[in-house]
Amino acid sequence: MNPLSLLFHFGKFMDWQRQIYRRPENLGMYYKELVRQMFDIGLGSLPIIFLISIFLGAVTVTQFYYQMDGQFIPTSFIGYIVRDMMIIELSPTFSCIILAGKVGSNMAAEIGGMRQKEHIDAMDIMGVNTSAYLVMPKVLAALVMIPLLVVVSAFVGIAGGYLASVPLGLFSHNDYITGLRLFFEPHNIFIMLVKAATFAIILTSVSCYQGYFVKGGSIELGEASTRAVVYSIILILVADYIIALILT
Amino acid sequence: MIRAENIRKSFGDQEVLKGVDFTFEAGKTNLIIGRSGAGKTVLLKILVGLFAPTSGKVWYNDRDFSALDKKQIRELRMEVGMLFQGNALFDSMTIEENIRFPMDMFTKMTLKEKKSRVNEVLERVSMEGINTKFPSEISGGMQKRVGIARSIVLNPKYLFCDEPNSGLDPKTSITIDELISDITDDNNITTIINTHDMNSVMEIGENICLLHQGKLAWKGDKDQVLQSDNEELHNFIFASPFLQKLVDRVGAKNI
Repeated sequence: MNPLSLLFHFGKFMDWQRQIYRRPENLGMYYKELVRQMFDIGLGSLPIIFLISIFLGAVTVTQFYYQMDGQFIPTSFIGYIVRDMMIIELSPTFSCIILAGKVGSNMAAEIGGMRQKEHIDAMDIMGVNTSAYLVMPKVLAALVMIPLLVVVSAFVGIAGGYLASVPLGLFSHNDYITGLRLFFEPHNIFIMLVKAATFAIILTSVSCYQGYFVKGGSIELGEASTRAVVYSIILILVADYIIALILT
Repeated sequence: MIRAENIRKSFGDQEVLKGVDFTFEAGKTNLIIGRSGAGKTVLLKILVGLFAPTSGKVWYNDRDFSALDKKQIRELRMEVGMLFQGNALFDSMTIEENIRFPMDMFTKMTLKEKKSRVNEVLERVSMEGINTKFPSEISGGMQKRVGIARSIVLNPKYLFCDEPNSGLDPKTSITIDELISDITDDNNITTIINTHDMNSVMEIGENICLLHQGKLAWKGDKDQVLQSDNEELHNFIFASPFLQKLVDRVGAKNI
């Protein structure tokens, strides 16, 4: 994408935001859609988040144990490292990258499909603010559910680390638990939630934008879905760096 | 009444509509006809407000569409119903939810009142008893009827139909045409149909606008179609070799 096109899409995206955050025509209808989206994003993504988090924790423990082997560092530090890595970086960033692939591509395809089947035109003609009705509940649902998923991911990741180490005899139960209690900073939880909320807004807004303005047929819809994932991931990583700079 | 005033529309370098003037009369079935690529769908989408014209104006009685603010446009939308070529029924909703959608969104009717209105419009299009089915569970002709039911559920003053006969067999096409014509007469609404179906032209064309290469090539009603000497109209109507042979044998005015 050339810089001029990037600037054009950024302007169009920002202008479109004004259409999205408007007073709903009917709160009840928006609420129904919000609940449906919360169910889809939250419960629908729980298994994959659970699965990746348990392995993230397990791999982190295994690799740190390998790197620290033979050094004069207490093994309890591994619990401390896993906890903070999961909370500060792995849970929010990795989960949201996975969610950009699962939820983001799904949103782009759903809205893009509605555009192609003239569903959006039909709603426009009825007088519905389609930008608001189709996008706002998705963003709000993600804003609520993705931080919750990230919290679950952090817990599961830490549990995954435990399961991959203590039962295998790498170190003791007490070492791991002692490590988890070392140098705990509540501010890190704040960083995790800020990241999760920011990434939630990025992945839903970018994906909905790609779907809403799709033109052409099924090939273009596939391309829009791919763009939704790629741009979301790039922006999540950029935002990750910026948040790290500001909050640490 | 809807009036198109010198409508022009370009997509990039290509000018699709080249200054169309036409008045779509109230209480009549107004037809936009023409060959594929003539600009019918673009004109219809400009009339309904989905596309903005490059220049020209669309008047809904004395309201200039381009001069309306967002609130006024929303109010005008309440007076408009549209049947899409692909029906545009929401796949994830049942037939009842599809028809109820505009009422759910914009009215304060109770659920009982809404259900009653759904049954009323379904009965109007002879589709009683399919409330709980999904669009994918009914035929194309039935979907058209449901699309019509949804478009009239809020008692519109203006009804737009984009190729209502596409993909339907001739008999079902006639039924759909008759249904649209009856609804127009019963409710005294301004109906605008975009079609290239000759049966529709000859059966329900009370006010016809023929587009050719983005320009208004002919206007009249169904009784004037066969009497006209307009070359573009003849080329459009008698495009079928069968009809052409018939014309050669008996003459257009005697058909």
